[in-house]
Amino acid sequence: MATEAYLEVRRLVRRFSGGAGVHGVSFTLGAGDVLALIGPSGSGKTTTLRLLAGFETPDTGEVLLRGRDVTALGPAARRFGMVFQHYALFPHLDVGANVAFGLAAAKLPPDAVRARVAESLALVELGGMERRAVGELSGGQQQRVALARAVAPAPEVLLLDEPLSNLDPALRERTRNELRDLIRRIGITTVLVTHEQEDAFDLADQVALLLDGSLEQVGSPEALYRTPTTLATAGFVGRGRAVPAELQSVGQGEAVVLVHGVEWRVPDAATCMVEGRPGPVQLFARPEALRCDPAHGVPAVITAARFIGAATLCTVQLADGALLEVEAEPGRWRVGEMVYVMPSRRGDSGVHCFPRVSDATA
Amino acid sequence: MRRSRGVAQAGWALVAFLAWLTVYPLVLVALDAVRAPDGSFTLDAVRAFAARPTEARALWNSCWLSLATVVGCALVGVPTAWLLERTTIRGRGILGTLFLLPAVLPPLVGVLALLFLAGESGFAAHLVMALQGRDEAPWRLQGAAAILLVHVHAMSVYFHIFARAAFRTLDGAQLEAAAALGGTRWRTWRAVVIPHLRPALTGAALVTFMTSLASFSAPYLFGGGTRVMTTQILATRLNGDYALAMTETLALTALALAALVVVRWLDADEPPRGGGKGTAALARQTLSPIGRLLSAVGAWTVALLGVLPHVTLLVISLVPRGTWTTEAIPPAWTLQNYATLVADPVRARPLITSLWMGLAAAAVATLLAVAAAWLSVGRRVPARRWIEALLALPWAVPGTVFAIALATTFSVHRPWAGRVVLIGTVWLLPLAYMARALPLAGRGLVAAWRRLDPALDDAAASLGAGPWRTLREVTLPLLRPALLAAASLAFVTGFGDVVASIVLYTYDTRPVSLEILGSLRQSDVGVAAAYGVVLMLVSAGVMAVGRDRGTST
Repeated sequence: MATEAYLEVRRLVRRFSGGAGVHGVSFTLGAGDVLALIGPSGSGKTTTLRLLAGFETPDTGEVLLRGRDVTALGPAARRFGMVFQHYALFPHLDVGANVAFGLAAAKLPPDAVRARVAESLALVELGGMERRAVGELSGGQQQRVALARAVAPAPEVLLLDEPLSNLDPALRERTRNELRDLIRRIGITTVLVTHEQEDAFDLADQVALLLDGSLEQVGSPEALYRTPTTLATAGFVGRGRAVPAELQSVGQGEAVVLVHGVEWRVPDAATCMVEGRPGPVQLFARPEALRCDPAHGVPAVITAARFIGAATLCTVQLADGALLEVEAEPGRWRVGEMVYVMPSRRGDSGVHCFPRVSDATA
Repeated sequence: MRRSRGVAQAGWALVAFLAWLTVYPLVLVALDAVRAPDGSFTLDAVRAFAARPTEARALWNSCWLSLATVVGCALVGVPTAWLLERTTIRGRGILGTLFLLPAVLPPLVGVLALLFLAGESGFAAHLVMALQGRDEAPWRLQGAAAILLVHVHAMSVYFHIFARAAFRTLDGAQLEAAAALGGTRWRTWRAVVIPHLRPALTGAALVTFMTSLASFSAPYLFGGGTRVMTTQILATRLNGDYALAMTETLALTALALAALVVVRWLDADEPPRGGGKGTAALARQTLSPIGRLLSAVGAWTVALLGVLPHVTLLVISLVPRGTWTTEAIPPAWTLQNYATLVADPVRARPLITSLWMGLAAAAVATLLAVAAAWLSVGRRVPARRWIEALLALPWAVPGTVFAIALATTFSVHRPWAGRVVLIGTVWLLPLAYMARALPLAGRGLVAAWRRLDPALDDAAASLGAGPWRTLREVTLPLLRPALLAAASLAFVTGFGDVVASIVLYTYDTRPVSLEILGSLRQSDVGVAAAYGVVLMLVSAGVMAVGRDRGTST
């Protein structure tokens, strides 16, 4: 990752009368960085992307490109390439004319335009398709034309809105690989919006989680998964559930948490978000960090068991009705069976303590 | 959305222009109705209007004739729609075209054609006279019944089009569900089909009622002693009683607006929609042999009755003047009537006048419609609701009213009040045509613009295209079908117009429609028919080109 700021977003705010919008989004990207904006629908991902593209004007906040403020520039002057969710290819123009559309501003001679179009199409492996009508292309081909059209004018930043959402699963993985290779090859700074965590983790070197218009956490995919800073991040990235618990003590690389009166020993790193302070917490646990035991642990009843291949994902209900998910050996446990839940020795992460909401506000 | 202040101001400027063109003239009419010659306020004209029994009768005639027209058109339009859309009746393609024909022809052509077919000296009368050896016409096509006949002939197409569209979207699953639950056919109709058709039927009823209320050529040519408001207004105005004419104009406007309000109120509660995502395809009904015979006879009779007048028009246009008296078949044929149109400069002039006026009106109306759609849909200016309301207004106002209002507005020179003398110049007629075509052109373009993917604008912008380049290279090419449809509709509206022309024309600017009426008065039937055929062919040609070029891409 480059250390110098290439694209910097400072406290972007855009309010809509409907309620959705963004409230103070900031992040910094180095040249060639790829950032994925993830979050549930209505969290402000697309609004953030549209603010970056210049389709929307922020109420407050700035967008800086190589230190230059471009907030006031319209989309045409900003030179950010964009690939739209439904591609937005011009249906009355052929493939070549679509790709050449963005080259008009450069006032190149016709030969140079043709060469640039051919080069861009070759980049997405559609060489020689200039004269084809966009309507007769497959979804995957249309997506690649949209990508070629966006990169042909050599934009400063590439913006991708749900780039893989319209492709069927088989095509999706292949396209994702091609997209990742292409972005790396051109070395273009990229911001993409997706609701698929898998796409974000695969394509991006930084992931930004948006919730209700605010940035919850920005970091590498691994950081988001391993060291979530909030319960919301932990819950959104990967699987897992939270139960109320009591942090008793921290020391010697280990912490003791009381869950339903049962002592759980977890790595002390799990307590960093409560700064190791004993007291009531929300204990978040991923399925792979828990195990079912016939004799020791928190008593629970298995309410559902879902076979997922290498393991069975069991949903267990504790005495107070709280639910946890536990990864177990396939065929080992049956629905309705009484078990005891313990932290598994496998995971050195996957358990996190967060402040209880009522305590945090107190 | 980025919105510059200049664009917002352009929106308000368009509102001001449209208000000047549509609302302002109506306000002036209202003021003239309550102003004495010396300029003081008076209710004399209103009192005179209320006191005269002839006025009440004309108002009543307008009202009941329009209601009867709605009923008659529904009786013809809905069953034919059902036959074409829901049964396996043969020849659906040809029948469909024949049924739709009246929609693309100017009303005057239909009126003229019916006159030549069923009028007292028309083809049908000739036939009866020849068969029975009489030398007097067996009937006179006059009065309320005649008006009604002409109206149903011309306006059934509205019900036909609306009902066909509704029948097409009928949900087969709902019908199957009703049948599976043991509903009889009648109950299924009442519970499923009629509620589904209702919005389409109220829509068709409104269009038919408004068109009938505004109808001028039919009562003018066939009314005889039966006065309706449109002809009454013209007569009063020719008598020189301006204040009374203005009061009548207001009364007609009020009637039209009342109809609009009533239908809005009836239609206020949305019909329940089906919950399913897709709808089951509905099998066409196969009729019993007797049913098939009856429906085939019925459908073809309606279709042929629909086009027979136009065929008659063509025949009459080929008959030399004065040669056809009592024979069933014309004894002589000629192209002389058409030659007259081309060769005689006096005769050729109205054609050229109508052509350029229609073209100019269509060009400006389309341009304004593009501007309105761009501001309202493309840029979403704050004034967009006003723009769309004002764009639709001339549609709700009967043509006669609108023409009177324009004549009033542009009869004095007061530039500071937005009024200049246009009456007697060549500019008033194109202005009237343009304003009358605006609702049709505007609504079509606004609707088409709404269907465009807004992401295309964003895509163009992110590729460095400014608003002008986007408009020129993306939006307008994509809107070409709608543009052509709007332009051809606008042209045909102006090209065949009678209503506005008869109020606003001068001898030098007389359009084809008035030349036809003039030729009829001089019993120059062949030339009138030839003009009618030209009007018909040009209109049908323009509409066909508009639709073809529109759908080919």
